[in-house]
Amino acid sequence: MAGGAGRTRRTGDLGFRLGTGAFALVLVLIVCAIGFELTRQSMLSIEKFGLNFWRTEVWDPVAGQFGALPFIWGTLYSSILALALATPIALGIAVFISELCPNFLRQPLVFLTELLAAIPSIVYGLWGIFVLVPFVRALESGMPQALRSLPIFSGPPLGVGMLAAGLILAVMVIPFTSSVAREVLKSVPGAQREGAYALGATRFEAIRAALFYARTGIIGAIMLGFGRALGETMAVTMVIGNNPRISASLFAPQYTMAAVLANEFTEADTELYLNALIEIGLVLFIITLIVNSMSRVLIWSMARGASTAPVVEPVQPPTVEEAA
Amino acid sequence: MTPRPTVWRKLLSSLFVGFCALSVLVALVPLAFILFYVINEGISSLNLDFFTKMPKPVGETGGGMANAIVGTLIVTGLGSLFAVPIGILSGVYMSEYAGTRFASLVRFAADTLNGVPSIVVGVFVYGIAVLPFKQFSALAGGLALGVMMIPIIARTTEELLLLVPGTMREGALALGATRSRAVFSVVLPAALPGIITGVVLALARIAGETAPLLFTAFSNRFFTTQLTQPIATLTVMVFTYAISPYRDWHRQAWAGALVLVTIVLVCSLLARYATRRLESIQSM
Repeated sequence: MAGGAGRTRRTGDLGFRLGTGAFALVLVLIVCAIGFELTRQSMLSIEKFGLNFWRTEVWDPVAGQFGALPFIWGTLYSSILALALATPIALGIAVFISELCPNFLRQPLVFLTELLAAIPSIVYGLWGIFVLVPFVRALESGMPQALRSLPIFSGPPLGVGMLAAGLILAVMVIPFTSSVAREVLKSVPGAQREGAYALGATRFEAIRAALFYARTGIIGAIMLGFGRALGETMAVTMVIGNNPRISASLFAPQYTMAAVLANEFTEADTELYLNALIEIGLVLFIITLIVNSMSRVLIWSMARGASTAPVVEPVQPPTVEEAA
Repeated sequence: MTPRPTVWRKLLSSLFVGFCALSVLVALVPLAFILFYVINEGISSLNLDFFTKMPKPVGETGGGMANAIVGTLIVTGLGSLFAVPIGILSGVYMSEYAGTRFASLVRFAADTLNGVPSIVVGVFVYGIAVLPFKQFSALAGGLALGVMMIPIIARTTEELLLLVPGTMREGALALGATRSRAVFSVVLPAALPGIITGVVLALARIAGETAPLLFTAFSNRFFTTQLTQPIATLTVMVFTYAISPYRDWHRQAWAGALVLVTIVLVCSLLARYATRRLESIQSM
């Protein structure tokens, strides 16, 4: 009897494992299918242009010329700009919420910053067009003439352009970076801070020690924000000006990979045009895949406490921890 | 190295604390501005017509987005129809067989999929569900949204199942339950309120997506419930109206934005309330 019951149980368990495993497999298959499908659908463009696709900067669908450099440039420029603006603020928020703020403020602040992530991209875009862009235009025309001669501030003050895109992306990225950074800071052992305080550190010095201890995870949080910024579509499409021309100027209307897909995909009237657009999608997929995987690895290794690199500050962490 | 004077260190510390507090304000200012504009512009434009009337022909004022509201419901519903079972069951797998290699692979795939830009999901679904049939459709739109929902639901389910006390599972197993019985009759029901909250949050987030619908569900100025036809959605409609040159369309775009933000806000508040209640029940 026991044997029989055991066998049905074992087969039942196996069935359960295979059943749920099959659904889990779907997840893995979708990721593979995205890579496969995007490659297959962009073969025409890959074969015709090869690497030149990414080295030339003329995007003229009518003439059948497809160079994707302006989109790579615009995507990197806007994301790095957003990151430069967002990172200090996001880390400041994370430190404030996890280390400094009074208890009763913590939950409401977490809720509000998460709300920033929940607002749909299209709403950011709408707000961008009607509120942010006029504001940026006023800012640009108010800029002193001496500064206007610099290459990064050159060009007419249109409002739409790289600056508006960078600003709106920064706001959208802040909640992602800050919430991961908060989690990472939470995983720093209390002894780190206590040790620093015991050695007579000021608040800033103690927090700096905690940030230093958590540096792997913090870098992961920043990269996660970068991944978000690279792929953000609607809000950027609506404020960046959509002009496939490389420019160093913050005022110049430019274009990103995601934006060109959103704008031109349904207009692609030739096979080659469509393939070229899908190839842009493929590269966007690969770039975000790499950036996100790297950030995950960093955050995981932090969470596992694997970052056992010697901590310089406070002086001798092992003794501090043993004492605690 | 000579130590810095204490006054300087204290000053630096205060400056740092000040900077952190300031960052919070800097982030809350755009949030306040966005909410203010959406509510302010939206309320004055939102009326019964918006919910009940069809879009007027180009150039005429008035009309509403009735078709787009129904469209959003249909497409989001279609998405959750296949995302919820796949998401929950793969979440069950990840938590039940947490230590296995395959579970790590699935977890990695879920995080990867979560990070795939929504526009890329749109391109992918265009390739598998639009191109072969030469037809934009509500089904394709639902598929795109579903692909985006799966990883969110899977990870939420996994996290919540791992929160269920191990003693409950062990108790069921000790009473002679099979693993599937223990999961479906004991562990999953215990986590169910949390999972439902997670699904609702995922739905709210996905209902606000535009990019994956642009070339899957496409858009439609007419009312349709046919799943094989292009269908209008609130978000795509807001996009089209926002970049149009017509003032009346801008007005309606703000109204649409208000509806979207309200959905997100209500769902977030409900989820917060639900998790609070759950926590208080569990701590009893």
